[in-house]
Amino acid sequence: MEIALRPGWRLTLRTLPWGWTATALLLAGLLALPVLTVPLGALAPAGPAWTHVVETLLPRYFGNTLYLLLASGALALVIGAGTAWLVTMCEFPGRRHLRWALALPLAVPAYMAAYVYAAMGDVTGPLQKLLRAVLPGNADAVYYWNLMRIEVVAVIFALVLYPYVYLPCRALLASRAGRTLEAARMLGRGHFAVFRTIGLPLARPAMAGGLALVLMEVINDYGAVKYYGVQTFTTGIFRAWFTLGDLDTAVRLAGILMLVVFTLLVAERWQRGSARYAASGAGAQATPYPLRGAGAWLAALCCTLPVLLGFLIPVLQLIAWTVQTAPAVVDAAFLRLTLNSLGLAAAAGVLAVAVALVLGYACRLDPTRITRGATRLAVLGYSVPGAVIAVGMLTITLSVDRGLGGTTTLWLTGTLGALIAAYVVRFMAVAYLPVDAGLERIGPRLTEASRMLGARPWRTLWRIELPLLKGTLVAAATLVVIDVLKELPLTLILRPFNFDTLATRAFQLASDEQVAQSAPAALLVIACATAVVLLLHSSVDRGSHREP
Amino acid sequence: MSSMPRWFALAAAVLLGACGAPEAPPAGEVNVYSHRHYEADQQLYDRFTERTGIRVNVITASADELITRLENEGAASPADLLITVDAGRLHRAKERGLLQPIESATLQASVPEHLRDRDRQWWGLTQRARVLVYDRERVDPAELSTYEALTDEVWQGRLLVRSSENVYNQSMLASLIAHDGEEAAEAWARGIVANMARPPSGGDTDQVKAVAAGVGDVAIANTYYVARLVESADPEERRIAERLAVFFPNQQGRGTHINVSGAGVTRHAPNRDHAIALLEFFTTPDSQALFAELNQEYPVNPDVPWSATLRGWGEFKADTLDLTRLGELNDAAVRVFDRAGWR
Repeated sequence: MEIALRPGWRLTLRTLPWGWTATALLLAGLLALPVLTVPLGALAPAGPAWTHVVETLLPRYFGNTLYLLLASGALALVIGAGTAWLVTMCEFPGRRHLRWALALPLAVPAYMAAYVYAAMGDVTGPLQKLLRAVLPGNADAVYYWNLMRIEVVAVIFALVLYPYVYLPCRALLASRAGRTLEAARMLGRGHFAVFRTIGLPLARPAMAGGLALVLMEVINDYGAVKYYGVQTFTTGIFRAWFTLGDLDTAVRLAGILMLVVFTLLVAERWQRGSARYAASGAGAQATPYPLRGAGAWLAALCCTLPVLLGFLIPVLQLIAWTVQTAPAVVDAAFLRLTLNSLGLAAAAGVLAVAVALVLGYACRLDPTRITRGATRLAVLGYSVPGAVIAVGMLTITLSVDRGLGGTTTLWLTGTLGALIAAYVVRFMAVAYLPVDAGLERIGPRLTEASRMLGARPWRTLWRIELPLLKGTLVAAATLVVIDVLKELPLTLILRPFNFDTLATRAFQLASDEQVAQSAPAALLVIACATAVVLLLHSSVDRGSHREP
Repeated sequence: MSSMPRWFALAAAVLLGACGAPEAPPAGEVNVYSHRHYEADQQLYDRFTERTGIRVNVITASADELITRLENEGAASPADLLITVDAGRLHRAKERGLLQPIESATLQASVPEHLRDRDRQWWGLTQRARVLVYDRERVDPAELSTYEALTDEVWQGRLLVRSSENVYNQSMLASLIAHDGEEAAEAWARGIVANMARPPSGGDTDQVKAVAAGVGDVAIANTYYVARLVESADPEERRIAERLAVFFPNQQGRGTHINVSGAGVTRHAPNRDHAIALLEFFTTPDSQALFAELNQEYPVNPDVPWSATLRGWGEFKADTLDLTRLGELNDAAVRVFDRAGWR
């Protein structure tokens, strides 16, 4: 038979899956459409504001964006990978609780943390109040420190985004890699040498994947940088488009941004290189190496600080404000807001993972440049500010509506369906990166075997990959859910009439400079997201091992 | 144990809860695109529904985004009324053909001429003044006079003002361009940047608080932000408000810069009559009093009393520049800001 004659397995697999490829290409096209609509709609020459932007603003946009990327990225990498190493490879006081607590900052939207820290440090904030109370004779003293600066923004980003690095690193170390490292240590290598020579190379794919997500989140932030007065590409897009009324210039800026993200994605792919680590399934975890004395306490401190700064302190402050303002602010509508937020997030999470799975699996069955390129396009949405996607989406739904003859009725525009679709476009990368990594971790051998034995792709996926991927899929959906709960600009623009979410309510109050009044809604966003993070955590735990 | 079915069950349950059954169609409704998101607004919508039976549907977002949305939706737009917090944005909507003229004796009577569009396409609902807030101990009010005088050397390192992304600043600069010319306005912007106590960050409230913290001595801010601190539920905020005072600049000349939050009926409004009814309702003395009391804004209706805090600051001479000019000069103002390096 032909199959037997071919030496490479890829060729044999390519004989069947055209349906998959076609579906994947179609989905990728649909996903890329709202993202590309904006640039395609304006291949026009430079807009009237372009020269102005280049002359006065562009260097600052470049400088600030680059600074935030480098500083937040490096910091998130160190915190994420460092703590992951400590909690999986070492034993120290509090380790068991810190293992899950370290994921919690993921539940805190960066803009909320930014608002909270600014308010905590200002003249009426608790920090100054404390100082006035503690230092004798200073009841009227005021202290000044400028928290609203780019360095602080970078630190805040790192503190709430490092779990994107922490989670995959920890998962990796908890699996097979841990055993390898344990073996190296038993063979007499020092702790640090093991980390450097084996740990880092092994964890590199996990670190790079997480870092890519961190950097894209940084690029996308609008709320925090706007409030702190830091001008970045994203604020520049808003300024050019909405304030200067020049769509073409906004599109050019968005184009530059998309190029940066595309480069990041390619780099992430490239660094994985040709290395293939086939998983040997979920084995027992390595026995943690006991730390003693000062080392143990230092490790505990290093793992506690990120939780404290990235989660506990902002949450405690929000609780304090909630106590103060809840009677005036919280009403029956809050339940509605919560259900709205959770419903949207769950729908988007499930849909995004389903689409990611089809894309990833098509790439696996038919690993050509075309399918790979299509998935690159499909994940572009993550790099584009939510508002740009929102307007792209609006353009599409409106033209569909007009096509349906709806000059007076809008069938798609302003519906929940359009909003959920926009979330999927926006967060495809969040679902796709882990699914893709998960498929790669399983390795091609089982699929090859199943397909060789005559099983069709659907059956192979259902019987082989899905059971193995279960944990990954739940994790991917969870990440999307958390992102949607926190999402803002897209929701603001696309939501139907009278439809608010917790995030939009919190933002409206905060942007109206009523930070304390925004606390109840903000707290609920974080509570919902925290519940989801913990759900993710317990499912990851079930999937890999039980704590001794 | 498999976690997937449980996950999906949860998702499905939540989804059903959120998307639930649609509510019964109302007798009449009016669709509002609003940049305002104050407590007072919701109360007014509720009162309006109570009195007329017309349901008010609202989407809130920034005016710029709402205008872009209106443009995209064109004739199919469900929106009836566009509400913004700045005359400049209303003018922009009018320029792009998104609004329509309204004949209403009620509106003509309750909104003074300089606070509405000369083609009757938009109407001011509330006013806010952009004032100077200073520290009582460190600044003698005799030193303060005009916006222009803030570029004097004596203010070096003492001024606090927010970013130029903010529409209140854009309109303030537009008024300076209208009065002094673009060249003088650019020199002014450079002078302010040179005198800033720190690079612009945060909102108006943050600038005011920074005066109390001693970062600088004078802040430029809208009146209702200051009034909110005075009336705050937080004793710390009331305490710092006592250290501060409000100064209305340019009283000897053209008057203090004011802006309006206002509204216009959209070009393709499907519920035009209801939109006009809501607009008229906003300008009734009762509604105007609510804006004044709950949100510390100056009513446009001259017959309606100010809130106690605003009365305490006294009467002032307001700039009567045609607010349409703020919209016309907005683009020039933004460019001047960028050239002057005002972040």
